[in-house]
Amino acid sequence: MKLSKLFVSCLLAVTPFVAQAQVEQFKIMAPANPGGGFDTVARSLGEALQASGQAKSVVVENKAGAGGAIGMAQFVNNEKGNPHALLVAGAVTVGALETNKSPVNFGMVTPISRLMGEFNVIVVPTASPFKTLKDLMAAYKAKPGAVSIGGGSAGGIDHIMASLMSEKAGVDPDKLNYIPFAGGGEGKAAILGNQISAYISGYGELADLIKAGKVRALGISASTRNADIPVPTLREQGTDVVVYNWRGVFGAPGITPAQRNELIKMVETAVKSPSWKAKAEKMEWLDMLQSGDSFKAFLNEDIKRTAATVKKLKLGN
Amino acid sequence: MESLNALFSLGFATALTPANLLWALLGCTLGTAIGVLPGVGPAVTVALLLPVTQSVDPTGALIMLAGVYYGAMFGGSTTSILLNTPGEAGSIVSALEGNKMAKMGRAGPALSTAAIGSFVAGSIATVLLTLLAPVIAGFALQLGPVETFSLMMLTFAAVSAVLGNSPLKGFIALLLGLAMGLIGIEGQSGQSRFTFGLLPLIDGIDIVVVAMGLFAVGETLYTATYENKIAGRIESLKGSFWMSKDDWKRSWKPWLRGTAIGFPFGTLPAGGTEMPTFLSYSAERKLADEKTRKQFGKGAIEGVAGPEAANNAAVTGTLVPLLTLGIPTSATAAIMLSAFQQYNIVPGPLLFDTNPELVWGLIASLYIGNVMLLVLNLPLVGLWVQFLKVPRPLLYGGIIVLATMGAYALRQSWFDLMLLYIIGVLGFLMRRFDFPVVPLVVGLIVGPMAEKHFRRAMSINEGDLTVFLTHPISLLILLVTAAILVLPPLMKRRQVLLDSAR
Repeated sequence: MKLSKLFVSCLLAVTPFVAQAQVEQFKIMAPANPGGGFDTVARSLGEALQASGQAKSVVVENKAGAGGAIGMAQFVNNEKGNPHALLVAGAVTVGALETNKSPVNFGMVTPISRLMGEFNVIVVPTASPFKTLKDLMAAYKAKPGAVSIGGGSAGGIDHIMASLMSEKAGVDPDKLNYIPFAGGGEGKAAILGNQISAYISGYGELADLIKAGKVRALGISASTRNADIPVPTLREQGTDVVVYNWRGVFGAPGITPAQRNELIKMVETAVKSPSWKAKAEKMEWLDMLQSGDSFKAFLNEDIKRTAATVKKLKLGN
Repeated sequence: MESLNALFSLGFATALTPANLLWALLGCTLGTAIGVLPGVGPAVTVALLLPVTQSVDPTGALIMLAGVYYGAMFGGSTTSILLNTPGEAGSIVSALEGNKMAKMGRAGPALSTAAIGSFVAGSIATVLLTLLAPVIAGFALQLGPVETFSLMMLTFAAVSAVLGNSPLKGFIALLLGLAMGLIGIEGQSGQSRFTFGLLPLIDGIDIVVVAMGLFAVGETLYTATYENKIAGRIESLKGSFWMSKDDWKRSWKPWLRGTAIGFPFGTLPAGGTEMPTFLSYSAERKLADEKTRKQFGKGAIEGVAGPEAANNAAVTGTLVPLLTLGIPTSATAAIMLSAFQQYNIVPGPLLFDTNPELVWGLIASLYIGNVMLLVLNLPLVGLWVQFLKVPRPLLYGGIIVLATMGAYALRQSWFDLMLLYIIGVLGFLMRRFDFPVVPLVVGLIVGPMAEKHFRRAMSINEGDLTVFLTHPISLLILLVTAAILVLPPLMKRRQVLLDSAR
């Protein structure tokens, strides 16, 4: 024990010197098409790594498919042992890996840092009879099938939030009438056109419609009320559900603990740079920086919770 | 009239500054080039340009991005017509008649009618956008999954007209397409179907891979196999490459009809550019007189003019929900939306009030972009037709290279390449045994969409099948569908009467 502790502290002593050297080229895998959430995080991190002088150049690689599983598979295969390769993944990936029975999983990559989060908001059309969350939950309890709730793809964070809310209402999530929409546009149209009873999405995505009074926000999935957002939390309205859609970065499989620590240090420096901060403010991202072992513990907890929900919803095969 | 005022005082004043004209020209040129390259779509290009435009002012950047979007639609038809390699779903139909025309030495008129049709459709659609955007957007929102499903039934009924000479073979091809469309994750339940445990199949088969496989690879294999038995050879140019008087006469109505079909589809939340091209194609085929109908499948100019107008009108249509509601209805529109966000501009109900010079500048630049694209593309027609002078073995070798590049560019996957060649062999066999390929493509595109909307409609209405008849708009669409299936002779007589009344 003592020997290993000594070893680690020696490494820690050495790392600052290693980290000061500028990395020639970083490779960041965004397992989605250009323009989406993963891609935006990958490119913003790349810019921040360069702006803070830690990397000379950064290459962002896009590999879309299967909620991130395809990009992850390629990352695992190609980057083994590469200390300057990062993979962007998040809550969406956790859900996708669980439902798809993917051959790759988070055990094959090295957790570095959780970078940001977004909380969800549940909205109803302005013409809806539901004025508050309590109205909606009461109607749901009385007749679950009659309340259609839209959101992102099946098994994703929005679906998980809806099923957790259902549980809190004492209704088997299996009875949930969930309508998945891919890509956001169709879902927004459905709620604006009064086609569905309620819709769940990231706050940033719906903020403009809420501000313009085109939809009514019933609750956000944060733990406490945010000063800038005039929407009550689910928790304060008696539905104790807190979920975040988070995104983070992972290192290649088979890197040494020293290399992992070096990556953590570089990523944290980048995220604290003005370049990242400006971007985060623009995108309404929450600062949810968490690194190394505590990030790993959070990840395992999230995987466990997602797996349980996916099983209860009888998703996947 | 308020909007017209704003367009001229604000819009053109903004768009006609030298810098913004330059951005429009750059965008149009880039877009045309991208449209010509198979596999590299406007969505990816706009996404990759985003960081580059960061230092440009928002109006200039958006004008350029809109030019890329438009230009890609113009350019996409070029490869479809000349090389039978549709690089994106919206120009699949143009390959049908267009490539046949090219082989008969009429590539020039085919390319011209595509370019002028796109111009006409784009201009009319922009006028509609200027005058009616808020009204249409509100109406389109009322169309939910119930109405969308009925619209898709209408599409199926309409395209059964393109099932070819043998309806049996046509239906087999359609079913094959529907079966291929089932591959991948089913959205409602998250179950993956027919993936055989292969991860690359989880998202389904990309329509571009199928189109390139069937058209480009299949055709090439067929030509290579039966080289000696094919009568004649590709004519690079017979007659003028400019449209004749007869071509004009046969094109203008399809242009207008294509616009009328394409624009409303673009404004729908579930519209897209593919369905209107299919509908326009079958409308032209149905409305054609006896003599012209015989030319369909052998190179009828109506079959290029209509769909090309339809896809351009649809592209403009997608700007209606994007600008007025902040709702992107296509992949490219979604990326344009993130471009807006990059500048802290929120498209949606407030945009016309908060950033009028940007909105009207953008709309004005659409008019200008349309003119630019026409000026850019027409002289190129003469250059493009030279391609067909390349000796056939080299030409087909080049087509295979282009198709391979295009399929690989989609997601850099060797799996897609394998799929491309397997589908190519399928295309060869279909051609050899005289099965039409279009029903397969239609089944693959429209099938999964119809299933999704049907399940959505059922879920929202708790399994009540009568909703399709109790929603008035849906009922209307279904009645039209029934009419198409049951009353084709009557429809035709009505058209004859209408024509003589004019």
